[in-house]
Amino acid sequence: MAGNLLVNIAWTHVTTRVRQTLVGMAGVAMGVGFTIMMAGLMEGSQIDFLRQLVDTMPHVTVQDERRAAPVQPADREYGAVQMSNVANVNNRPGIRHPESMMASLRSWLPGDVAPSVRTTAIIDHGGRVGITLIGIDPRLEVRVSKLASQMREGQVGDLQRAPNAVIIGLALADKLAIKTGDTVSLVAGQGTQVSSTVVGVFRSGLKRVDEGQIYATLGTAQVMMGQSGIINELRVRLNNPLIADTIAKRVEGQIGYKSVSWQEANSDLLSSFAVRDFIVLTVMGAMLLTSSFATYNIISTITNEKRQDIAIMKSLGMRETSVRSIFIMEAAMIGLVGMIAGWAIGYALCFGWSQITIYNTLTGTNVPISIYYSPLHYIVAGGISLLCCTGAAFFPARKATRVHPVEIIRGAS
Amino acid sequence: MSEIALQAVGLVRRIEGAVSHTLVNGIDLAVNKGEFVAITGPSGSGKSSLLYLLGLLDAPTDGEVIICGQPTSKLSEDDRAHVRLTKCGFVFQFHFLLPEFTSLENVLLPMRAEGKMSEKDMLARGLDLLGSLGLKDHAQKRPNQLSGGQRQRVAIARALSNRPEIIVADEPTGALDTSSTEQVFGILREIADQGRTVVVVTHDPALATRADRRLHIVDGKIAQTFEGQKLAPEPAVAAPTDQ
Ligand SMILES: Nc1ncnc2c1ncn2[C@@H]1O[C@H](COP(=O)(O)OP(=O)(O)OP(=O)(O)O)[C@@H](O)[C@H]1O
Ligand SMILES: [Mg+2]
Repeated sequence: MAGNLLVNIAWTHVTTRVRQTLVGMAGVAMGVGFTIMMAGLMEGSQIDFLRQLVDTMPHVTVQDERRAAPVQPADREYGAVQMSNVANVNNRPGIRHPESMMASLRSWLPGDVAPSVRTTAIIDHGGRVGITLIGIDPRLEVRVSKLASQMREGQVGDLQRAPNAVIIGLALADKLAIKTGDTVSLVAGQGTQVSSTVVGVFRSGLKRVDEGQIYATLGTAQVMMGQSGIINELRVRLNNPLIADTIAKRVEGQIGYKSVSWQEANSDLLSSFAVRDFIVLTVMGAMLLTSSFATYNIISTITNEKRQDIAIMKSLGMRETSVRSIFIMEAAMIGLVGMIAGWAIGYALCFGWSQITIYNTLTGTNVPISIYYSPLHYIVAGGISLLCCTGAAFFPARKATRVHPVEIIRGAS
Repeated sequence: MSEIALQAVGLVRRIEGAVSHTLVNGIDLAVNKGEFVAITGPSGSGKSSLLYLLGLLDAPTDGEVIICGQPTSKLSEDDRAHVRLTKCGFVFQFHFLLPEFTSLENVLLPMRAEGKMSEKDMLARGLDLLGSLGLKDHAQKRPNQLSGGQRQRVAIARALSNRPEIIVADEPTGALDTSSTEQVFGILREIADQGRTVVVVTHDPALATRADRRLHIVDGKIAQTFEGQKLAPEPAVAAPTDQ
């Protein structure tokens, strides 16, 4: 059967019902538009946050630990005997031969690696706050972290200017009223106490980092740990942070030390994102579904009004499926135009949002709302909406075209 | 000479329900190619019901309708639709034109639905048909811009568009004035004279005399058949309208 006849009839039906058609299109357009906006906003904020996270954290951290608890001396000595309640011997052994290990990693790693010493201490300046002290090599650090660009006062290199110099986070500085140049006291767990000079202040944007992490040289950190020469962390920065999981596995396979990707380190956060994604996707799906109700209504109305025409077409010898397809095409036409209008609305809304600035707790500044523009949003929102529209038309169309022409013809005569 | 175009064998149409009703009660009928048959009978006697069966719009409870030698009782709904599209043109009392389309588009509809001809040939045939029915100037008008008689002629043109062997018409002049009625019957007569088979239901016995044969139906059965001398030849038929 000639398809363009069906298209022609469908087109005539929708164009002779301008108001209804426009309402249907508006429904679809709204659904598609708001879905695109939501997707752009949601992914925008998420990407923004992840970027912050990825900028602040090492992409892969190699630690001087094994995934499984080390085999204990008692087990080695008395292999045949089942031991229980034996306290594990688990001192921090440090990473062996860090220099050669880094050299070998650098040979294939798509990024760079730097050594660090991670320990805990208490900073004392009027008040006392427990912090994580990270000993770094200022020259190598710039290659593996954004610390240099996060400096608000001083520079990373200033760590070598004064003995026991430290760089602290802005939030901590505010909390303890510390200014650059001040002298603070650092106390380690086993009692070691040094007094050190604050040579810089950084701001990463992540509260827990800005409040609880300070940087010193490798040497200072080793003194605080009481283990000179120890390196207990290698920090890797990748050109592409998204492959950190794969790289971490490979590194761990190669050198045996526990290697944690930033994704693994933030798995709680990422899984909360997944929940959020699921909720938002559900809402968007419901929105698209609801927007197709208008189409359902219109096709129901048209098929009702057109009962006689349906009977005529069937009595003339058009197949039931052909007659049905007319009404499905009408829904598709409404859906298609609505979808394109929805794309425009979605883009306009996204653009509108991106013009608004809000206070960002991460950076502490007013920044434009970040919107992620992706063709995928448009394709998926449009596609689902089209599916919903044609699906919504299917049932009334099937019901109406099933009718026996004789019933209608008798009724009309 | 007498090639059978349309045949009914033991045709029964019953409606089952709380009150069962037999609309058509055992009709045997053979209509020759080029024959013009009129069906008359009291209201409710089952004329329309018979016509729907003959035109494959409805399926019989029992019996068989044979169109151009092809039995139809075993055909699928789609195949029956195709027979309607290609072999059987329907004209109803009410014109049943699609309201959004022009006369020409309505006439083109069955041709487009079949999709065998080129658009150019379809257009030529559509205009030709409308012209032959005196509607040359009304091709671009929509049904609500036409008179009742004009609409009915458009409906006839549409029924003819796929060159069907058989034309069935259910009181095609029921809603028309005398002169339009006269015109429509003249056209149907002409169609039969050109070799098509025409079956018409009418209430008007005078008009029925213009047919080759008249079947009188009572209670779903053929009660009487008038043929030959009972139906006066053409010139005599014109007489009543001259009065
Ligand atoms: N769906 C139905 N259910 C029950 N009875 C029906 C149904 N359709 C038609 N009838 C009855 O069948 C009988 C025949 O109807 P039909 O329309 O064939 O009569 P007709 O001869 O065409 O009458 P008219 O001259 O008034 O058009 C009528 O008595 C009618 O009431
Ligand atoms: Mg009738």
